[in-house]
Amino acid sequence: MAEGQLLSLAQQVVSGLSAGSIYALLALALVLIYQSTDVVNFAQGEMAMFTTFIAYTLLTWYGVPFLPAVALTLIFAFLLGYLVERVVVRPVEEAPALSVVIVTLGLYSIFNSVAGWVWGYVPKGFPSPIPGGTVRFFGLTVGLLDLWILGCALVIMVLLHLFLRRTTLGTAMRATAHNRTAARLVGIPVGRMLSLGWGLSAALGAVAGMLAAPKIFLEPNMMAGVLLYAFAGAVLGGLGSPFGAIAGGLLVGVIENLLGALVATELKAGLAFFMILAVLVVRPQGLFGTVRRRKV
Amino acid sequence: MLRLERVSAAYGRIQALRDVSLEVPAGSVVALLGANGAGKTTTLRVISGLLRPTAGAVYFDGRRIDRLPPEAIVRLGVAHVPEGRQVFADLTVGENLILGAYARRDRRNISADLERVFNLFPVLRERRKQLAGTLSGGEQQMLAIGRALMARPRLLLLDEPSLGLAPMVVREIFRTIRRINADGTTVLLVEQDANRALQVAHTAYVLRTGQVVLAGPAAELRRNEALRRSYLGY
Repeated sequence: MAEGQLLSLAQQVVSGLSAGSIYALLALALVLIYQSTDVVNFAQGEMAMFTTFIAYTLLTWYGVPFLPAVALTLIFAFLLGYLVERVVVRPVEEAPALSVVIVTLGLYSIFNSVAGWVWGYVPKGFPSPIPGGTVRFFGLTVGLLDLWILGCALVIMVLLHLFLRRTTLGTAMRATAHNRTAARLVGIPVGRMLSLGWGLSAALGAVAGMLAAPKIFLEPNMMAGVLLYAFAGAVLGGLGSPFGAIAGGLLVGVIENLLGALVATELKAGLAFFMILAVLVVRPQGLFGTVRRRKV
Repeated sequence: MLRLERVSAAYGRIQALRDVSLEVPAGSVVALLGANGAGKTTTLRVISGLLRPTAGAVYFDGRRIDRLPPEAIVRLGVAHVPEGRQVFADLTVGENLILGAYARRDRRNISADLERVFNLFPVLRERRKQLAGTLSGGEQQMLAIGRALMARPRLLLLDEPSLGLAPMVVREIFRTIRRINADGTTVLLVEQDANRALQVAHTAYVLRTGQVVLAGPAAELRRNEALRRSYLGY
């Protein structure tokens, strides 16, 4: 292969990593909610979009400075997640898993349409703390924004891992997701843990949305494609580990890009579904997951 | 220490307990016997707050507890080792034990209590970093008991600790129950193996279809051939 071809292939990988880092961020939020409540939240992307609009509103309508706006958005996102669990999810918590899935699908369209109603469907620019330029590494062009997103994703991955594995609260949240009766018996307030899980993952989703928005533009459907790929990434890496979510998200981004460049762009859309299916058939626990033991 | 007064409980429309009254004096081991479906597990679930009684009252240290959530009851000093052990299979042995102390406020003494559990069950120390789901049935039972002890209970509720375990393991579990009681923890023990339970218990209650049909000192029940045959089936 000529050097030029190799370089262009490498450039495709770099672009894939750039897209993949956004999938990875949202996949982290999916992992957090799964680890703390045993639910896969299909509204995760829409909640991220909705809270990013809150940040946008604070920034552009009310002229709040960047960092305070981010802080307020995180608080809002946490409360939103907390309340959604309390009001909407709690009543079906004892019901079969399918009911919860349906509820999250309902939330998906509620957040989507409310955002469209309030903010409209015209894509909006979102400010970034990072300048737009690029840097060159070994002949490859890498966006500064992409490096920033990837760096943030890695930092969040480490923090999330430490939270889930090293803190008593994180351990209690995992315990609640795995066995609610036993969690109750050791004195864990199960309801509060579930609300916290929703709150924290909504806040994490807001981070993902705010990081992604300067790159993919802010509009009510911005997360539709992202969620699908994030979900594929989370399943690929294993819903149980933050590391798996990052690796899976990046891998999905790279494969998507290479497939688009080398085979056919039309296949990109089906890819996420294909990967979800393939992983579920061949290795249900994901590439980096451990087998989940269910008590009878 | 613990008193149930005419407690009734139901799962939906199915009546599981009817007018159950019983008493567990401080420092004792009380056995709750009966066939499958007699209401033994339901009684424990009512005490630990997993199930609200439809009538009657539960008192712990003179305080009414039957309207409290499980986490408040644990904090008062009642720990429940549930049927089927219910360890956190995806968490390590160490994490399971630490969570046992979740409801406690005195975080300082946790490492001393961990040491006490490891002394009672040395195998748990060896397997500290292992996922609880990879333990054998007997080891999981030890972990479930150890986890409950981490709450520093004054009353320990044990649901069928011998179920499905090899005779040698059962013997070890019962030896430990004696030791826990000797160290000052009151025990309410649910068992199908009435013979074994009557050997450790001071008093016993026999349940049948949700009602107490017999109560008395364990030694007396053990001698009473007719009662044994009709109610305990051995």
